[in-house]
Parts: sequence; structure tokens; C-alpha cells
Amino acid sequence: MGAVNTLLRHSLVLAAAVWYAGYAFGQVTFDRLVHSSREPQNWLTYSGDYAAHRFSALDQINVENGHSLVAKWVYQTGASGDGSNGRFETTALVVDGLLYGTAQDGRVFALDARSGRPIWKYQRQLPTDIRPCCGRVNRGLAILGDKVFFGTLDAHVMALDAKTGHVVWDVAATDYKKGYTFTVAPLAVKNLIIISPSGGEYGIRGFVDAYDADTGRRKWRFYTVPEPGQPGNETWEGDSWKTGGAPGWITGAYDPVSNQLFWTTGNPAPSNRGEGRAGDNLYSNTLLALDADTGKLNWQFQFTKHDTHDWDATEVPVIIDMDGKHLIVQANRNGFFYLLDRAKGKLLSATPFGAVNWTHRKDAEGRPAPDPDTEPTPEGRRLCPGAYGVTNWFSPSFNPNTGLFYVTANENCDIFSTAPQTYEAGNAYYGSAYRPADDSPGQGAVRAIEPLTGQVKWEFQHVSQSASGLLSTAGGVLFTGDAQGNFILLDAAAGNVLWHFQTGGEIHSGPMAFAVDGKEYVAITAGSALYTFGLP
Amino acid sequence: MFVIRNGVVRPGLHPSGWSGLLILLALAAAARAQDRNPFANDPKAVDAGKSHFRINCSMCHGLGARGGGRGPDLTLARKKHGNSDAALFRTIHDGVPGTDMPAALGSVGVEMKDQEIWQVITYLRSIEIKTPPPAGNAANGKALFYGAAGCSKCHMVDGKGGRLGPDLTAVGSSRSLESIVDSVRNPSRQLADGYQTVTVVTAEGQETKGFIMNEDRFSVQMMDTSERILLLEREKLRSFKKSSVSLMPPYDTTQLSDKDLRDIVGYLLAAGAN
Repeated sequence: MGAVNTLLRHSLVLAAAVWYAGYAFGQVTFDRLVHSSREPQNWLTYSGDYAAHRFSALDQINVENGHSLVAKWVYQTGASGDGSNGRFETTALVVDGLLYGTAQDGRVFALDARSGRPIWKYQRQLPTDIRPCCGRVNRGLAILGDKVFFGTLDAHVMALDAKTGHVVWDVAATDYKKGYTFTVAPLAVKNLIIISPSGGEYGIRGFVDAYDADTGRRKWRFYTVPEPGQPGNETWEGDSWKTGGAPGWITGAYDPVSNQLFWTTGNPAPSNRGEGRAGDNLYSNTLLALDADTGKLNWQFQFTKHDTHDWDATEVPVIIDMDGKHLIVQANRNGFFYLLDRAKGKLLSATPFGAVNWTHRKDAEGRPAPDPDTEPTPEGRRLCPGAYGVTNWFSPSFNPNTGLFYVTANENCDIFSTAPQTYEAGNAYYGSAYRPADDSPGQGAVRAIEPLTGQVKWEFQHVSQSASGLLSTAGGVLFTGDAQGNFILLDAAAGNVLWHFQTGGEIHSGPMAFAVDGKEYVAITAGSALYTFGLP
Repeated sequence: MFVIRNGVVRPGLHPSGWSGLLILLALAAAARAQDRNPFANDPKAVDAGKSHFRINCSMCHGLGARGGGRGPDLTLARKKHGNSDAALFRTIHDGVPGTDMPAALGSVGVEMKDQEIWQVITYLRSIEIKTPPPAGNAANGKALFYGAAGCSKCHMVDGKGGRLGPDLTAVGSSRSLESIVDSVRNPSRQLADGYQTVTVVTAEGQETKGFIMNEDRFSVQMMDTSERILLLEREKLRSFKKSSVSLMPPYDTTQLSDKDLRDIVGYLLAAGAN
């Protein structure tokens, strides 16, 4: 009798598990996001986890067998692949065998992650007068519950049914006609969808928003340019705060222990002209530590004060705990690797990780401070890095096993010259021009940095600048890509090449890894296609 | 007359002919507006256009529009795609397919509405060189180009000549006389885009010189000085050295007199004008 009961009990548990598995299709709870490391077969957020490590605990593909990788399947989005109006920049999400992604011009898709076959597709009807500065791009989704969330080029935030692609809610965040767009992959935290616009080239006033995942109702907004009466407004001349920029167009990180959301911001507007906006221009080019429930500012650290070189701080901030220290680090576009205390935002060190000629001194806080003669001039001034930066939005990776922080680093110098502009709502608002110096190296590399010292341990050189994000895994390998279309596998310990594949299109996004049926896959976008690779 | 149905212009009669006529007139007016610069000779438009040019165009055409590594000299009155107001507007507005010249809206890094395009055209008119320096004797230049000066061993004009240097058919409409002269006297001052000099040594020890047609981290496609295309794997090469010294020898006045060089340039300018 007892045996029967045991069998029955096991059967019921099995049936419940099967039922639950079916029911749980697409159900992603906040707890799963917090503990994403427990399910390495899935990729649940833009950077793979809340710490933004872009690290996969999967180790099936490793240093020993990486040379034998083969293409598994390819998905063609139908978007233009030549890059003339924006590239394919998504990082896909994978949940329980389903892969979700976005592509140019408001495309969203769900695929069978095993075969690449589409489950559903959605494309937003966009107005003709949108103003994406840098291509009609999108970098991905957030997923929570049974919905996926994304931002649109006409500044809406949308929720789609993860099973069908049907619109669940659609909220206008702001007026796209003033130059606001969404290109960032949102981040789901608790029951909130966190998102921030692009538009620093249009004189927008930036913000970070949180929306109720169930209803789309906005729960809080933090303006990244404070208005009169708020702390920080004194860092803007006159009314310049109204068009101050500071967009948060790259996905941040989240610390569940302190409930702090870490979000970065881009350039002040006009992006390359300081006249008329005297002051530090808070909170442009800043790492913000916000209370995730309320959007209240806990602390902030501004990387580049009063920027006139387009050095957005919209590079992924990465949470690292090492040697008992609770840190947050960023490889910044201005060429420095910053190490900060995560609790209070205190700068611990700033070390160059590429060629920099704009600073030879530090301020009282230890922050690299610009030399006197670095502003754009009528005849043009040569500065390194150029506006593209030593790095940019493409994701770095932190591998807890090697203890190394990997970043794509580009050596470049621009001539910055003045080009005054008046603000007109919805019109480009740069105020300056830049172009590569004749002697600009135009050289890219992957650099492995020891976080506590900022020292570069090894480097892998590309033949030109690269806009590839990086992925490291527990297999001891590191994935990168190049402008010539190669998807490349490196040994994460030393940087030597293990394998490469010519995709036929520039790599302009970050790799991610997932597993289905116990088999590891790695995915990357190139041209207008999403490629996956695995062992034979 | 024409009527518009569902956004498509179709021949035929419309029941309400007046409204069709009004639409036609409006379209005609709009078309005319694309042909004439509303800011012609307006000094304020020159300044505004200069700013828009610096922001949107100088990346390729240089800060003063004298040409950069990728874009032609726009101070010249000759332009490959036409120099009338209408032609310039069309080139800037639509871009040039098959080249790096993007459309003025919807392209990465460029954004100009119609008014701003006209302001840029106004600026370009203000810096246009109306009377270029006199060129030489084109007939003698042609004879030298294909004969004693040896230019055609490496350069083509109108499909005749070599492949080791840039095709010069249109150079007369994209570069100034001074710039062409400088490239002949000092060819290594700025290598032509796409003509990076390279010397490789194969695993067997054979040294080959030429220019890089394409490359990536793992392979090189080059043309050697015999115009052979070589497809090489980097890891199999003993050495791979790029050089900023042009394959073209510098022509000083003992090898090519100033008069003969001006005649060759005269030929190239005439070819470009065609």
C-alpha cells in the first residue's frame, strides 16, 4: 500500500511538473531574474544577469573543443543589412527553448531556439518623421511574467504577449517629434520595466522611467537633467537644462541586495559645444544609483564633466565583488576604466585602457580632468579618443573564473571643430563637427583588464575598429566579432584565437549563450541575420 | 490630366476636375521649389550652411569642402553629378547609390531637411572657385599620359590603362588642379583610398609587392605589380608589411616638366568634364 502511495505520489509530482512546465511556458518571475545563475540554459536579461557580467556558466563549448564549432541555424529578419540606416544590434533572450529578439524598424520576433523557426513576428507601424540619430536600431527586450517589453523609435513602451506577439499594452512615454526615441533593451526589476530614451543629439531632456509590467502605468520618472529647485540644476547655464540631453540609451545593472538600480547617461546637448551650457551639466555622462522602487537618487558619479566630445557614459556598468569589495566598474568612452565603491559611489581608481591625450591631471576626487585646451575650435583640434571613444555601447564581459574584465577597445583620434547651431525642436543639435584625424590609428582590439589594478593583462588585435560586444563563458572562452564580419572565439586566459567564422556582415552587437536539450548554443547578429553556433 | 488615387498618380479624368487641377498645380509648385535655391546669395544662409556642412559633410569632404579621403573637392565648379542647384539638391537629398554618399535623411550620421540642404548649397556657392587656374594642352597631355610619362601603365581613363592605381576618368571633376599636381609630385603624401601598399613574404620565401584590395584578421586579397590577384591566408605568410609609401614613384621636374604635367592635368580635367 505504501509502495502504491509512493508511486502515486511520484506520478502526481511528475504530472504536476509536466503541467507546470506547460503552464510555465514563458513565465519569468522576478525571483528567476535575481537567481538567473541557477538556469544557465536561459538568457533572461540584456546582459545575461543583473550584475551585467555577460557571462555564461555553460561550459560545453570550451578551450579544448571550441575549434570545432559549426553553424546551427540562421534567422533572416528581413531588415536592411547594409547598415545604411542602422544595424542589427539585438541581444536575444532565451527562456525555456524560446528565443526572443528585436530588429530594425520596430521588429520583434520569437523563434524555436532549437531550429530557428519563427513562432510569431511583430512589427510596429512607425511614423515617417521619427528622429533616430544613429540608425533605426533596437538592442533588445526585457521579459517578465508572460510578456516581453520593448521601446519603439516613436518613443512608446510596449508589452507583447510572449506566446503570441499580440500587443498587451502600448504607452507613449513622451513626444517623439522632439527627437526622443527608444533603442535600449529595457530591464525588468520586481514588477517594473525600466527604460530610458535616446536623443542626446536632439536636445531632449533625458529621463529614466519605470512602468508597471501589468498595466503599463508609469510608476516613477527620474529626470537626468534636473529642473530649477532640484539639486544639480545649478550646473546648467540659464535655461540650457531644458535641452540638456543626458539620455540613458544602454541597459543598466541592478543590485538586489541594496535594491539599487545602476543606470548610465549620455552626452549633454548640444553634444559638442559647451557655449551656453556652462557648468558640469549634471547628470550627463553619469552613473546613477537609483532606488529601484521609487527612482530616488542615492548617489551619482559623473565621468566626464561638461563634455564637448560626445563621450557618452552609456557603456554597460558592471557589478563585481572581489577581495571583499563591493564594486561597480565601467570602461568609459573617454578611455578610462573606472572602479567605484558600489554603496556610496566613491571613485577608487581610474586607469586608461587606450590612447588618451585629453588629460594629464586629476581632480580632488581622483577623476581625470580635461586639460585647458581641449575644446573644439574653428580650425579644428585633434583629440584622442575621438567621438567614437576608446569603447562605446557594445557590451564588455566579466568572467568570475578568470577574474578578468574584457572590453572592445578602439584607438582613434578626431579633429573637433566648431559649428554653431540654434536649437529647434526635433532637429539635430550637435553644435560641432568631428572627423577622423589623418593620423588616426583606427585600430581595434579586445583587452583583458584586471579590475582591481586596471592593468591590461592581454590584448587581441583586430584589423580595424570593432563594434562587437563580448561574451565569456565557464568553458574558458571569449567570443568577439569584427567589422569585417568574423565571429571569433578566443582563449579567455591568454587571448589566442581558437576558431572563427565569416558571417558576411559586420558584427555590431553582443553575443549570448543558451542551451536546449542539453546542447549549448552561442548566438550573434550580423548583417540582417541572427546566427547560432554549437558543437557538431 | 492626372488624378491621384490611393497616393498613386494615374492618367484619367477625375469627377471633380478642379480639385485635381489644384493638386496638380500644387505638385508643380513643389517641384519648382526643388529646383531653385530660396536662399541664393543670403549671407545668413551661408553661415548656417557652413555649420550644416561641417556637421554633416566635412567627415568626407573636409572642413573647407576641399575634399577629404573619401569625398570630392566641392569648391570646384565641375561636379560629377551636376552643379546646377537642382542637381546639387538631388545629390544631397537622395545620396548617390553605390557610393559612400548617403541620403540627407534616414542615414546614420547625416540629417538635413530641405531648408538645410539649400543652406549648404548656398555655402558651397559662396566658396566655389569661379575661374580655375588655366590647365595645359589636353591633346599633348593625352599623348604623354599614354606615352612617355607612363601614367597609363597604372591608371585608367575611359577604360584604357592599368589597374595598379586609381581610375582617373573622373578625377578632373573631383579634385583641383593643385591637388592632382601634388599627387604626381608627392604620391605618398596621402595614399589613395583603397591603394594601401603591402609587401608579403610567403612560406616559401617569395616576396611580393602590391596593394591591398581587401583584408580581414585571417585573410588578405591583394593585387601584385603584375596585376595578379593573390588570395592569401595570413597565418601561412612569413611576413606581411603595410607601407605608407605609394607604389607610384614621385615625378620630379627632371622626369616630368611643369609644362608637361600641366598638359597631363589638362587632359584629366577635360576627361572629367566629359
